[in-house]
Amino acid sequence: MNNMKITVKDLNLYYGDFQALKNINIDIEERKITALIGPSGCGKSTFIKTLNRMNDLIEGVKIDGNVMLDGEDIYKDVDVIKLRKRVGMVFQKPNPFPMSVYDNVAYGPRSHGVKKKSILDEIVEKSLRSAAIWDEAKDRLKKNALGFSGGQQQRLCIARALAVEPEVLLMDEPTSALDPIATGRIEELTEDLKKEYTIVIVTHSMQQAGRISDKTAFFLLGDLIEMGDTKKIFSNPDDKRTEDYITGRFG
Amino acid sequence: MKKRNLSDNFMKLFIILSSIITLGTMIWILIYVISNGIAHVSWEFLTEFQEGQIEGGIFPYIISTLYIIFITILIATPIGIFSAIYLVEYAKPGKIVRIIRFATESLAGIPSIVFGLFGLIFFVTMLGFRWSMLSGALTLSIMVLPTVVRTTEESLKAVPNIYREGSLGLGASKLRTIRKVILPSALPGILTAVILSIGRIIGETAAVFLTAGTAKALPKSIMDGGRTLSVHMYYLAKEGISMDKAYATATVLILVVIVINFIANKLASRLNKKNS
Amino acid sequence: MERVDNSNISQASLNMKKSKSTVLWEKFVEKIFFISACMAIISIATITIFIFAKGGPAMLEIGIFNFMFGTTELGGKVYLWQPGADIYHIITMILSSIYITLGAIIIGVPIGILTAVFIAEIAPKWLVKIMKPAVELLAGIPSVVYGFFGLIIIVPMIYEAYGRQLKGGGNSMLAAIIILSIMILPTIINISIAAIKAVPIEYKEGSLAMGATHIQTIFKVMIPAAKSGIFAAVILGIGRAIGETMAVILVAGNSIKFPTSISDSVRPMTAHIALEMSYASPGLHENSLFATGIVLFVFIMLLNIALNFITHKVGE
Repeated sequence: MNNMKITVKDLNLYYGDFQALKNINIDIEERKITALIGPSGCGKSTFIKTLNRMNDLIEGVKIDGNVMLDGEDIYKDVDVIKLRKRVGMVFQKPNPFPMSVYDNVAYGPRSHGVKKKSILDEIVEKSLRSAAIWDEAKDRLKKNALGFSGGQQQRLCIARALAVEPEVLLMDEPTSALDPIATGRIEELTEDLKKEYTIVIVTHSMQQAGRISDKTAFFLLGDLIEMGDTKKIFSNPDDKRTEDYITGRFG
Repeated sequence: MKKRNLSDNFMKLFIILSSIITLGTMIWILIYVISNGIAHVSWEFLTEFQEGQIEGGIFPYIISTLYIIFITILIATPIGIFSAIYLVEYAKPGKIVRIIRFATESLAGIPSIVFGLFGLIFFVTMLGFRWSMLSGALTLSIMVLPTVVRTTEESLKAVPNIYREGSLGLGASKLRTIRKVILPSALPGILTAVILSIGRIIGETAAVFLTAGTAKALPKSIMDGGRTLSVHMYYLAKEGISMDKAYATATVLILVVIVINFIANKLASRLNKKNS
Repeated sequence: MERVDNSNISQASLNMKKSKSTVLWEKFVEKIFFISACMAIISIATITIFIFAKGGPAMLEIGIFNFMFGTTELGGKVYLWQPGADIYHIITMILSSIYITLGAIIIGVPIGILTAVFIAEIAPKWLVKIMKPAVELLAGIPSVVYGFFGLIIIVPMIYEAYGRQLKGGGNSMLAAIIILSIMILPTIINISIAAIKAVPIEYKEGSLAMGATHIQTIFKVMIPAAKSGIFAAVILGIGRAIGETMAVILVAGNSIKFPTSISDSVRPMTAHIALEMSYASPGLHENSLFATGIVLFVFIMLLNIALNFITHKVGE
C-alpha cells in the first residue's frame, strides 16, 4: 500500500442547480504524477480546483463530501491560506504578476511573513533552479517578468509556486498555451519535480498524460469513470467509455 | 437604386454636418476665448492681487482653488477607492450592492446647485464651518465621489482575474492580493479618477459659491472663505467690470482643462497598453 | 536538478504567521471598505433629509400646489414672486426649466447621436483621434466659461437677429437653449458611442450581407439595437440640462414672467435658487428656495429612477 497524500470521499459540487461533480472518490499517491483526463466540460478542471479550494472564489458554488490532505479535512480542519501554501497551483495561462522576476518568486514567501533579504535571495534562487529557469532568469531578476516568453513565464510560475514549499503541486493544463518545445521542457520538469512533490495535472492531451503520469483518472460529465495506473488505463481500460475516449472515438 | 443612394447621401450629409457643428463649436469657443484672453495672461495677472479689489490679479483665487482641490482629493479619494474595492473585490451581488450603485448613480445626477444648498445648511450652518475652504471641499467631496468610485471600479475590473487567482493560489490573503497585485495594476486608472475629479472641482461654481463664499481674499487657513477661479470668473462675467480680466481668467481655466485632459488621456492609454 | 531544500533556512520563518489578529485585521479592513461604499447611501440620504427638512415646511406653509402651480392676483395684476409680500410661486421657473431643457434636447440629441455615429462608424481613425479628445474637452470646459461664451457671442447674435428689438438685449430662452445644447453634447455623444459599439458585430454583418448599405445598416439595424443605451444618453442629457445653473444665469435673462416666446427672458429653477440665495433673508424667503430645490431634486430623482429602470432592462 502506497502512501496516500490526498483522499477524496463522496465529493459533490454544484454551480447553483447544476451538478458539476458527482460523487467523486479518488486517492492521490504521494510523490507520483496523477493525470486527470476527459473531454472539455467533464469536470476535471473543476475537480483540481477543489483540492486547494480555488472554487471558493466562484459565486454560488456548493460542495459536499470530504477532501482529506494527510488525514485532515481541507474544508473543515484547515485554514484556507495554510492549505494553499501546502497545495500550490499552476494555471492554464501563465500569470506572472506585472512585477520583477525576483518579486514574483518572492511574493509567496513574503506573503507568509519572510522579510529577510538573505533568506529571500536564497529561496528565489533555489526555486528558479528547481523550475529549470535559473540560467535564463539570473541576469534579469530585476526585470519585469512580462518580458519572458510564454514558456519561460510558465516555468517562472512554477518557481513561484515552489517558493512557498508546497507539498502538492496542482497543474491545470499548464502547457495548453505553449508551443511544443516549451511544452517538452515543462514535461521534463514535472518528471524531476515528482521526486519531491505530489503532482496532480489536468491535461487535454492524452499523449501528455501517457508520457508523464503514473496514474490517470478519466472524467466524463462530472463522473469519475475510471482511475488506475496510466499504463493500464491506456492499454487495457476496464470501462468501454474510457477505451472510446483513449482511442479517439469521441472527445 | 438611385433613390437609395439619394437618401444615403442625405443622411451622410446630416452626420457630417453634425460632426462639423460639434467640432466647430469646440474650436470656436477655444479660439475665441484664448485669442482674446492670452494677451492679458501675464505673470503679474497670475501672482498679484490687491485685497478686496477685483481689478488685481487672480492669485488668491488660484490659491483658493488649490486649497479646495487638495482637501477634496484628500477626503474623496480614499473613500472612493475603498468603496470601489468593496464593490469589485468583496461585494456579492444582492440588495445592498444594488442600493449602493443606485445611490452612486443618483449622486452623480444631482445638480450642483442642490449640493450647494445642502452644503450651505449642513456644513456652513449646522456644523458651523461657515463659508470656508473646508465647507466647500466637504461639499465637493460628496459631489466627486461618484466619479472616483466609477473610474476606480472600471480600472479594478480591468485587472485580469488570473492575477487574483495566482496570488490567492500562493496562499496570499485577500487584502495582500489587493494591495500588492491588484492596486498596482489599477494605478493608472485610479490616477485618472483623481485627475477627472480635479477637473470637476476646478470647473464647479454653483456648489462652491454657496459653501466657500465669494470673498475677494486670500484664504490663510482651511476655515477661511474665498472664491475659486470659476466663482471669480462668474462674477467677472456677471458684473462685466473688466472684459480683459474675464477673457484672461477664462483662458486660464481652459488651458488648465486642456492640460488635465491631456494627462488623463496619457494615463488612459497607459492603462490600455498595460492590460492588453 | 536541485531540490528546494529550504528546511534549514526558512521552515521556521515560513511557518505561518497568520494568527488570529491577522484574520481580525482583514475583517476590520473589509468593514472599512464596506463603510466607505455606504458613504454614497449616507450622503444621498443626508442630502435628501436636509433639503426636505429645510424646504418641506415652507412648501407646506405656502401650499404645495399653490407653490408649484399657483399665482396671486392683486388689483388686476398677477404676482409670481414677491418675497416682501410673502408671495411665492415658481410656476414660471418650472416652465422655464422644462422649456429650455426640451429645447436643448431637440437640438442637442440629434446632433449628438449623429456625431456619435460619425465617430463610432464612419470617421477614419486619424479623425477619431481628434474627435474623441475634442468631445472630452467639451465635457471638461467649466460651465461658467460656456456662460461667458454665450454672453459675449450668442446673446449679441440673438439681439442682432431680432433687429435689436429685444428688451433683454438677447438674454433669452433661445440663448439658454443654444448653450445647453452644446453642454449636453459630450454626454449624449459619449454614451451613444458606447451603445453603438456594444451592438454585436453579427447584426452589422448580417445586414451588410443582405446587401444593405452601411448607412442603412446604421439607421435600420444598429441604432435600433442600441436604442436603450441611446435613451439612457438622452435621460442623462436631460439631467445635465435641467441641473445646469451658472451658464444659464449668464444668458437667460432671469425674468420671472410667463415665457411666451423663445426670445423671452426666462429664469429656470436652478438660476432662481442661485440668484436669490445670495441675498435671501432667513425665514420663508430662504426656505422657499430650498423648497424650489426639492422640486428640482424630485425631478432629478425621477430621472434617475427612469435611468435605473432602463439600464437594468439593458442588463437583462
